[in-house]
Amino acid sequence: MKEKAWRELAIGGIIPEGGNSHSYNVSGWRTFRPVFIPENCIHCLFCWIYCPDSAVIIKDGKMTGFDYDHCKGCGICAYECPAKKKAIEMKLEEEFAKEVCNL
Amino acid sequence: MKEVLSLTGNDAVAYAFKHAKPDVVVAFPITPQTELMHKFAEFVADGEVDTELVLVESEHSAMSAAVGAAATGARVATATSSQGFALMWEIVYIAASLRLPIVMAVINRALSGPINIHCDHSDAMGGRDSGWIQLFSENSQQAYDNAIQAFKIASNPDVFLPVMINLDGFILSHTAEPVELLDEKTAQEFIGPHQSPYSLFDFKNPITVGPLDLPDYYFEHKRTEIEAMSRAPKIIEEVGKAYGKLTGREYGFFEKYMMDDAELVFVALGSTSGTVKFAIDRMRERGLKVGLLSIRMFRPFPYSKIRECLKNCPMIAVLDRSVSFGAECGPLCLEIKSALYGVENPPKIGNLIYGLGGRDITYFQIEELSERLLKERSIEPFGYIGLRE
Repeated sequence: MKEKAWRELAIGGIIPEGGNSHSYNVSGWRTFRPVFIPENCIHCLFCWIYCPDSAVIIKDGKMTGFDYDHCKGCGICAYECPAKKKAIEMKLEEEFAKEVCNL
Repeated sequence: MKEVLSLTGNDAVAYAFKHAKPDVVVAFPITPQTELMHKFAEFVADGEVDTELVLVESEHSAMSAAVGAAATGARVATATSSQGFALMWEIVYIAASLRLPIVMAVINRALSGPINIHCDHSDAMGGRDSGWIQLFSENSQQAYDNAIQAFKIASNPDVFLPVMINLDGFILSHTAEPVELLDEKTAQEFIGPHQSPYSLFDFKNPITVGPLDLPDYYFEHKRTEIEAMSRAPKIIEEVGKAYGKLTGREYGFFEKYMMDDAELVFVALGSTSGTVKFAIDRMRERGLKVGLLSIRMFRPFPYSKIRECLKNCPMIAVLDRSVSFGAECGPLCLEIKSALYGVENPPKIGNLIYGLGGRDITYFQIEELSERLLKERSIEPFGYIGLRE
């Protein structure tokens, strides 16, 4: 999202619309990233229920992955996952940063 | 129909609040402001004004309630003094940054410590950088007039800033003088319908007020506040002129008193201007050329206009009723020096701290000082009036 100049801002620092948190990318807040392991998933949707944001993506009643623009990395989904072999694993963000560097 | 009553400064502002018919008034007692809200509470209890009077548990809550009410689009007023103002402080800044047109009377009283209940301007100066418009009053009449105008200035869409009107604690707040009041209808017509930048009660257009503002936007939002403040002088001038037409009492950013040929000019805020004028009248009879610049609008400060009217004065004595510890002079003198920066052959400027904690300043002190300065043709950069050495 392009940052606005001061003349373009709403008066008093208000946000003049509802439901706008969707347009705010918080991926930079994350220390740990949830990684989805589809073969372990039993599609109980506990992760979707427990996610305090809206970062678990469901399609046709099935867990399909994460919205990484809004996941803050709290790890509740991984903690709550009841599958015998966890379908969600929390990994340090820096591991992914390394992947990018190695490319 | 005009009505003249014998009123204290507190009563005069209470009448102005009544005439402005605020939707919400928030009150918490503190000397010497308490009687203002006593009077206003009487108006509410007698059914003379249909205002929601919110009695809170502290001044921090008072300003918080004022902010909440103003954010719904209500016309809001409150009043405080000294420690109460200090306790409000964080919400005072928030009111300005939210651009809420709140009107507050600050009955100027020294800040602790040592604890003191009498007049100086340290409380007002504590709010100097808060983003509020600050007007000062020389007498109770001007306090009433400033309060009426404050409602009109604050809710002008080019401004949308809170306005603080200052009047000297006890000296004005507790002494009665004749005050000419507008009738309620005329006052209402003059102020006009309340305008607000936004409303939390506009349910069809939901908004968020006061969200977190990180390094990516805080700076830009502060810039919009600077812009609003820079637009305020034009509106304050227009409102002052319109008020002058209505009442015959026009106020600008400041008042020039006997300045044209003055060899010595005093600069002052608040009720001391009246004392200095009295001394000037007496000295003029003896041929002493002394004048006064009485500042009404302290924030925004009218630098260029003050530069124009002071640059040719030979000698200026700036009277400060508060201290900026560690600065080379008091807050008012800092502004005057700023205004005169870069002027060729600048005037000699001296700063005199006086009246802290309600210490009296008398016309004979002004006369004695003037006589000495005019005789010596020079002024020391910093000094005191009325201090036991």
